[in-house]
Amino acid sequence: MNDTIAAISTALGVGAISIVRMSGKNAISIANKVFTGCDLTKVKSHTIHYGKIIDKNQVIDEVLISIMLSPKTYTKEDIVEINCHGGISTTNKVLEILLLNGARLAERGEFTKRAFLNGRIDLTQSEAVMDLIESKTNKERDLAINNIEGKLSKLIEEYRNDLRDLISNIEVNIDYPEYQDIEVMTISKIKKILMGQIKQLQKLIEESENKEIIKTGIKTVIIGRPNVGKSSVLNSFLEYDKAIVTSIEGTTRDIVEGNIYLDGIPLNIIDTAGIRKTNDIVEKIGVEKSLSLIEEADLILVILNNNEKLTKADIEILEKTKNKTSIVVINKNDLSSQIEQEKIKDRVVVSTNTTSLKGIDSLKEKIKEMFNLDKIETKDYTYLTNSRQISLAKLALKSLEKAKLSANNNTPIDMIEIDIKEAFDYLGQIIGIDYSDEIIDNLFKNFCVGK
Amino acid sequence: MIKMDYEIIVVGAGHAGCEASLASARKNHKTLLITGNINNIADMPCNPSIGGPAKGIIVREIDALGGEMGKNADKSTLQIKLLNTKKGPAVQALRAQIDKVIYPKEMVKTIKNTTNLDVAEAMVEHLIVEDNKIKGVILDDGRKIYTKALILTTGTYLKGTVLVGSNKKSSGPHGEKPSKSLSDDLKKIGFNILRLKTGTPPRIDKNTIDYSKLNVENGDTKVHTFSHDNNVYYDIDKQVPCYLLYTNSNTHKIIKDNLNKSSMYGGYVEGIGPRYCPSIEDKVVRFSDKERHQLFIEPESMDLSSNDYGDTVYLQGFSTSMPYDIQEKMVNSLKGLEKAKILKYAYAIEYDAIDSKQLKQTLETKIVENLYTAGQINGTSGYEEAAAQGLMAGVNAALKLENKKPLILKRNEAYIGVLIDDLITKGVKDPYRMLTSRAEYRLLLRNDNADIRLRKYGYDIGLIDEKKYQIFKEKENNISKLYKFLKENRINPTKENNLYLKKINTSLLKDSITLYDLLKRPEITMKEIEYFYKIPYDDEIKEYVEINVRYEGYIKKANRDAEKMLQLENKLIPTDIDYQKIPNIASEAREKLELVRPTSLGQASRISGVNPADISILMVYLKRNEEHV
Repeated sequence: MNDTIAAISTALGVGAISIVRMSGKNAISIANKVFTGCDLTKVKSHTIHYGKIIDKNQVIDEVLISIMLSPKTYTKEDIVEINCHGGISTTNKVLEILLLNGARLAERGEFTKRAFLNGRIDLTQSEAVMDLIESKTNKERDLAINNIEGKLSKLIEEYRNDLRDLISNIEVNIDYPEYQDIEVMTISKIKKILMGQIKQLQKLIEESENKEIIKTGIKTVIIGRPNVGKSSVLNSFLEYDKAIVTSIEGTTRDIVEGNIYLDGIPLNIIDTAGIRKTNDIVEKIGVEKSLSLIEEADLILVILNNNEKLTKADIEILEKTKNKTSIVVINKNDLSSQIEQEKIKDRVVVSTNTTSLKGIDSLKEKIKEMFNLDKIETKDYTYLTNSRQISLAKLALKSLEKAKLSANNNTPIDMIEIDIKEAFDYLGQIIGIDYSDEIIDNLFKNFCVGK
Repeated sequence: MIKMDYEIIVVGAGHAGCEASLASARKNHKTLLITGNINNIADMPCNPSIGGPAKGIIVREIDALGGEMGKNADKSTLQIKLLNTKKGPAVQALRAQIDKVIYPKEMVKTIKNTTNLDVAEAMVEHLIVEDNKIKGVILDDGRKIYTKALILTTGTYLKGTVLVGSNKKSSGPHGEKPSKSLSDDLKKIGFNILRLKTGTPPRIDKNTIDYSKLNVENGDTKVHTFSHDNNVYYDIDKQVPCYLLYTNSNTHKIIKDNLNKSSMYGGYVEGIGPRYCPSIEDKVVRFSDKERHQLFIEPESMDLSSNDYGDTVYLQGFSTSMPYDIQEKMVNSLKGLEKAKILKYAYAIEYDAIDSKQLKQTLETKIVENLYTAGQINGTSGYEEAAAQGLMAGVNAALKLENKKPLILKRNEAYIGVLIDDLITKGVKDPYRMLTSRAEYRLLLRNDNADIRLRKYGYDIGLIDEKKYQIFKEKENNISKLYKFLKENRINPTKENNLYLKKINTSLLKDSITLYDLLKRPEITMKEIEYFYKIPYDDEIKEYVEINVRYEGYIKKANRDAEKMLQLENKLIPTDIDYQKIPNIASEAREKLELVRPTSLGQASRISGVNPADISILMVYLKRNEEHV
């Protein structure tokens, strides 16, 4: 219980603000390492501070950070709560940074468990704690089973097996040095394998971070010239799902106007409306911004007005988006059609009427169809599991990179192997495998040694 | 001369029994060592070597604690090497070829010269147990001998059966009578009995080998000893060589053609053999794509007058349970051994062992008080593993009689700690051999620091005398002085110094640097430091400090990890805990916990089948109970 634990303590993407909570004796020093604003080690207990979370000189999010010193806290330990504003992926990133700086990902119910073990909760509540831990194991078991069948887990298992074989080979060289027939894992061979592993893992992490729509949501850009009904399309989306939608102030990166959920998959809607209402210079910046948004978007909704002929601006927008995943939304379908149909005949077209709530339904169906959302079982990809997996994969990557660095310095193999083993353990944690005799079993399976 | 009662009786005079009886007698307890054959005390019935990766470090640990194996091996060394010198400091270990005649002879001499220690030649057939407490033993002639504590180190003699081909015979390794009823007694008392198997290769007449066809393997050109006493008995220039040779397709064909004639493949073996010690049949079958397997010829003894070992060499890697005629064909198929004669045929041997999960950390059994077991009876294999357990059982039996705290070594303190913890926590399926990979903190468990880790324990339990302890304290003192020296002395960025640094491919100095920081550079060792300053300390002190400075980061990390483990280790589980009363624990975990009855949460967490969630639940349960009290 001497380590410091961290977790995202707000529910899945619901609400504008997510809280990352940390508890333990290093909570404040870890937070202080990644926070600019003030020196958190010097502030009073139970105070809130404004500042930024920084990773390698890059601003990740603007946050409010609450400092609560032991013992008057929920766990009776030092607690730090970071209120993040940047949406799901940003919150995820903040958690990751804490984990990379020395915190450990909390198990479900672990804050409560600590509260109990530190005498914060009385005896009558302890059964509830047990149930909580127990329910966690069941859930994790389900998750583990679901994930083991998943593609990601299979991939992790492959990477891990490669490491296992490498470690077994190193071990057999160490425990049976007289066997000259067995391949000797020299430092240069190890380096080569490590480089391959690092590349694979980097790619996996990158893909998980950037392309995993489940985690990051579908980045949706709404584009169109003024007065075609962009805002009403956006508002229809927001109206439709008021309970779980919140407008979020723009962060350093995007102008996320709102998140809605389609079958549990977040749709991060970015409106380019800001472009139009400023003077020329700003307008120019705005145009560049919207063009770059087109490049980054997972989905572009091009809004056209049914009741007008296509303008030069409309055609330019259609041209810019023609090779992207996009839907041409013809709004105001209750009015007579003036649009030249042959100019949009190669495009995915949905016609809507945003004056009624139902008007947006056809658009939603189209999006679901395009992204195959019906086929994704969202429960397999819970938010926590995903952030946890990515964090662990990153820790594994860090260990491998350290091993490679040591290999470059001609550090002896028994030291290099310490980091390789650590990476192996992290990968094991991702898929829930912790079998201590695995290496030894593998060694005797693969190598012919002994008197 | 056997008296009728003793404080401690040790049954079996192999490597475990010798250490156990010596430790007990040296701790001033009236001790009796019973052996079936007085000529087989400290015999080496299998390979003629001591040490190897991990095992060599165990021998160093035994020596640091005041055991005998290291000293005795030094007295009988024919050849010695430091292994893994290129793979890093954590995995280096000594291995010596041992003279199989001198080793037992020297051990017998030591035993005879030890006061309080009697030796008796007899077979023990029954245990006297009253109220779950050991009282004594009954010999095969019906005599009863009483004792306060009993240590069983029976080796392969519990229902030992020797197998050659389809031939099966009740016997020990040298054709002696095995103990027949002792294992039934143990079973009746409540021990779970396992049937294990091991094997040994043929011994060849050393005068019938054409050595010119073999590759010579020599010892190191640097002097080594296992013991921290550093007494050198061998002549470094007259080390006896080993030879490397290979099997070939003809050998493999003979084996494949006659597979059904081997005890193993003919279905005559019930016991479970060690994975790390496969027979040549196994190797050929399981690794059928390999064109050749490596073998070694190792000397057994230079004493030509010995009937047992004087004329023989050991064919390492060639253990088999084929019938005699096939063994001859197999041996003669090897290059250089075309005309070789087998003087002692290879055989497999089966024997009974107990479930080591039924032992406490002291190696006392959980069901019979003051009964201890050590060595192959606990499912291990290897002289070193046996000796280590014998020493610990002897020490702890004595400490208990003295009403003192037991000596329990932790996983971050010694391979011996890893060995015993593995045995009592995980149990064994096949004979257990120590491997470096079994130790999670092996960077801390090195060949060079065994005395730093353990000598104080040896002194505290009374096996290391004042004089030796003072020598050790002096070494510790010199180590601190050398650290201080390295931190206080600096190298300046002079032209001459930088010229040297350039020569050895390390970055040049702009400011002055301490020797300590310079030593941290990957390109720098103590040797390079000595270009600048004379370091007036022994090699072993220099080596120890060098490792600790150069790998400081890794060592610190290992210590941090060990610290985490120790926190769980210090959370004790009450001995009377009722696992049935803990709700929510998974049933598999409950079963395992019930069987092992771990003493701490740390030990509980290492039981296979007990998940972190079960540990959490257990932790919460313990905390709640604490508060109830």
